[in-house]
Amino acid sequence: MNLDIRLPMGLMLAIMGAILTMYGLFTRSDPMYARSQDININLVWGAFMFIIGVIMVVMARRAMRASGDK
Amino acid sequence: MKLELHSVDYVILCVYFIFVLGIGWILRRYIKTGEDFFMSGRSIPAWVAGLAFISANLGAQEVIGMAASGAKYGIMTSHFYWVGAIPAMVFVGIFMMPFYYGSKARSVPEYLKLRFDEKTRAFNACSFAVMTVFSSGISMHALARLLEQILGFDYHLCIIVSALIVLGYIFLGGLTSAIYNEVLQFFMIVFGFSPLVFLGLKSVGGWEGLTQKLSAVAANPNNPAGKAFDPGAWTHSWVNMGSSHTNPMGVEWFGMVFGLGFVLSFGYWCTDFLVVQRAMAANSMSAARRTPLIAAFPKMLFPALVILPGMIAISVQYDVGDFLPKTPDGQLDYNMTIPAMLAKYFPTGLLGVGITALMASFMSGMAGNVTAFNTVWTYDLYQSYIRPGQSDKHYLHMGHISTVAGILISIACAYAARSFDNIMDMLQLVFGFVNAPLFATFLLGMFWRRATGHGAFFGLMAGTLTAALHHGLTLPHGAVAGIKGGWLVAGHAVHVYPVEMAQNFWAAIFAWSACFITTIVISLATQRTKSDEDLKGLVYSLTPRITDRDIPWHKQPATLGIIVITAAVILNFIFW
Repeated sequence: MNLDIRLPMGLMLAIMGAILTMYGLFTRSDPMYARSQDININLVWGAFMFIIGVIMVVMARRAMRASGDK
Repeated sequence: MKLELHSVDYVILCVYFIFVLGIGWILRRYIKTGEDFFMSGRSIPAWVAGLAFISANLGAQEVIGMAASGAKYGIMTSHFYWVGAIPAMVFVGIFMMPFYYGSKARSVPEYLKLRFDEKTRAFNACSFAVMTVFSSGISMHALARLLEQILGFDYHLCIIVSALIVLGYIFLGGLTSAIYNEVLQFFMIVFGFSPLVFLGLKSVGGWEGLTQKLSAVAANPNNPAGKAFDPGAWTHSWVNMGSSHTNPMGVEWFGMVFGLGFVLSFGYWCTDFLVVQRAMAANSMSAARRTPLIAAFPKMLFPALVILPGMIAISVQYDVGDFLPKTPDGQLDYNMTIPAMLAKYFPTGLLGVGITALMASFMSGMAGNVTAFNTVWTYDLYQSYIRPGQSDKHYLHMGHISTVAGILISIACAYAARSFDNIMDMLQLVFGFVNAPLFATFLLGMFWRRATGHGAFFGLMAGTLTAALHHGLTLPHGAVAGIKGGWLVAGHAVHVYPVEMAQNFWAAIFAWSACFITTIVISLATQRTKSDEDLKGLVYSLTPRITDRDIPWHKQPATLGIIVITAAVILNFIFW
């Protein structure tokens, strides 16, 4: 296919992850984290989504470069 | 119950919608022919097709419904996955995909035309086309009603916005766009619901704590099933299935294994164009065969994402109380399980991700139905019966028109569903009658060359009538004659099933058997109209075997199939 799905996929996860992480950083001692049992789940999960997103983008770019070399 | 969204949640939701529409926008450049629009130019890699295959099935009704079942029946709900999906997915990948993909049919009804005759195709194409637009409308209605209920959004606005988004990306990018967005949705569901399960399990003290709390639910005579069971009733999937009276689901193992595991499950996974279309878009025969097998891996693990939240919710409900909201008649509203869980465990921010995942699954449910509809309409109805012999450009244009039409009809159906609850129940009932016997027709068609067009057509009719007749003669326990059954005998049912689900399973068994026998009898009594030469590539014994020897083991369908089945058996034993 002409568009590697991992590129938009990874970008989206990375952007969402970055937003969550930032939000988590700014709301560190917010009482709303009582809901997530005192875990700053925005920070943790946001960072995880960000990393997965970046990995996908890197994989897509590698694949594109490899097919561009041919 | 109300959830409160803040600006960060809306930002996340917007990011998702921008990507959804952006994918359609980028893909529009690649849509040049009808094959690009309707079949993704047969160019989708196996893993993408596989994730789309599973996502197309994982509509929101499934997410909401499976969580509700998880609360009502516990881990037994996993039978819908490990028994009611995995074996059929392996079967369609290994045994049936060679005929779907190899015959170059562009749709499931078209396969029926190649294998049998015009009338069998017409019957299947018409019932399928009607069914898909209605399902799309029901998804749309469910989404709008849920958002109205939990977020206070305007119903009409939800309908318009969701219709425009789905229309936008399918109109631009066709099936490829739908498939890519299904992959997006798959990841949204995984990322949106995993933390829910994690936080939920943590709060009830892990699996141990959950088992303990659920045994109290099982022993409580006021539990969802209304009577006390063995303490393990919510956490064991098989041990209480000896009789329909010893488990909360109210079904016994035979009806479940044959009705759900064989007839209903094979009928859905092996013949429903909505899912099969994803595999047909794969870029090679090998990829098409691997599509359902790749899909089987996440499918096997989905119970953890969709059933477990329901189990956690019911344990909290009985432990602490006041967790699930109530319906107007005072019953627990199980359909609110996921929203209630989101409200309890997710802080602002992650809540946006959770809501996005929920909306994503509604929309891809609609989109999947719309792409299946425009293909069946354009190829099987318009090209076959209305305007044959036109240029490819003409049919591509029709694809765009039928996409718009499909969405408009869906909107009409959504409003119909809103105003008349009963009409929708009735339609779903009739679709059930039509679907139940289908697998018998395909099984005989693919593996018995003697099956004829007349046999297939009248077999389908007999199966559909049997399902209707069975419904007219039987009732679930405690129901009144009417939409629930018994309408032929004014409530003096010939047989009373303990629950509606058992009635459905048995209806499927009867319908399938009637279709199977009738097809054989009529086939033997009628002349073959297709020679062995015609049936090459359509019937097992007349098609050259595909050898998988020269491809690596992890790409061999048979090897993957064995791994999938073994894993499913192990899961069944773990939660025995």
